Amino acid sequence: MKPQSCVNIKKEWDIVGARQLGREIAKKIGFGIVDQARIATAISELARNIYLYAEQGQICFDVIDTMEHKGICVTANDSGPGISDIGQVMQDGYTTSGGLGAGLPGVKRLMDEFDLKSVENKGTQIKTTKWVR
Amino acid sequence: MRIPILKLHHYLLVSIQTEIDDHTAIQFQEDLLSKIHKSGSSGVVIDLTSVEMIDSFIAKVLGDVVTMSDLMGAKVVLTGIQPAVAITLIDLGIHMKNVPTALNLEQGLTKLHQELGE
Ligand SMILES: Nc1ncnc2c1ncn2[C@@H]1O[C@H](COP(=O)(O)OP(=O)(O)OP(=O)(O)O)[C@@H](O)[C@H]1O
Ligand SMILES: [Mg+2]
Repeated sequence: MKPQSCVNIKKEWDIVGARQLGREIAKKIGFGIVDQARIATAISELARNIYLYAEQGQICFDVIDTMEHKGICVTANDSGPGISDIGQVMQDGYTTSGGLGAGLPGVKRLMDEFDLKSVENKGTQIKTTKWVR
Repeated sequence: MRIPILKLHHYLLVSIQTEIDDHTAIQFQEDLLSKIHKSGSSGVVIDLTSVEMIDSFIAKVLGDVVTMSDLMGAKVVLTGIQPAVAITLIDLGIHMKNVPTALNLEQGLTKLHQELGE
């Protein structure tokens, strides 16, 4: 694994910064144009959720490059209010902000691996990975 | 950043050329509605050929702008959605069923002509 690069999410424009950096990294690793769009979209969803619900946090990128595997790991971290019912937020259409409620279930489908950990009043960590095929 | 809106006869033309952040998207929504109101345009083409990513927020704003324009009496057609963008929208579970689309700007204008009978 190469060293991590992170983007702080504090203002709206950071959402754009995070997805642009993520797309650049994905392109370098060798992802095709469709997977680049998937990865950029997933990052945009995670970063916006941080901005909307936790006010601030971080999106970090790890490049995975071993003999068997090549891929990108995107981690979203915040110390916001946390999520009490994970089953509920993973349902298509569930939203507390008048959105489409497409973000989290969408990220799960856009990426290959998805792991959500959250503690109420402590924060949320979402770790997702996409593999180069 | 503001997205330029051009007037062509009784239509409005928009070509989104930049990375859209949330604020730009909302600003565009307001700008387009007020331009429809002022110009009395009956049709709008929004060309998305250069757009490389549409996430749930931008999709919502685009879907809303179609509904809002419709309410005002103007028909909106989205054109030029890239293959990668179409694929990610479906992954997100966003089908844009009620949104008129066309392959490119030219076909978008043809669609408006047909539907508005002008
Ligand atoms: N980092 C987070 N911290 C706390 N709550 C969160 C976080 N991310 C998501 N949530 C909660 O999960 C719900 C579902 O999130 P999801 O991204 O799927 O939909 P949305 O943000 O409401 O709408 P959309 O993403 O479609 O614009 C949110 O409405 C919010 O209540
Ligand atoms: Mg969201």
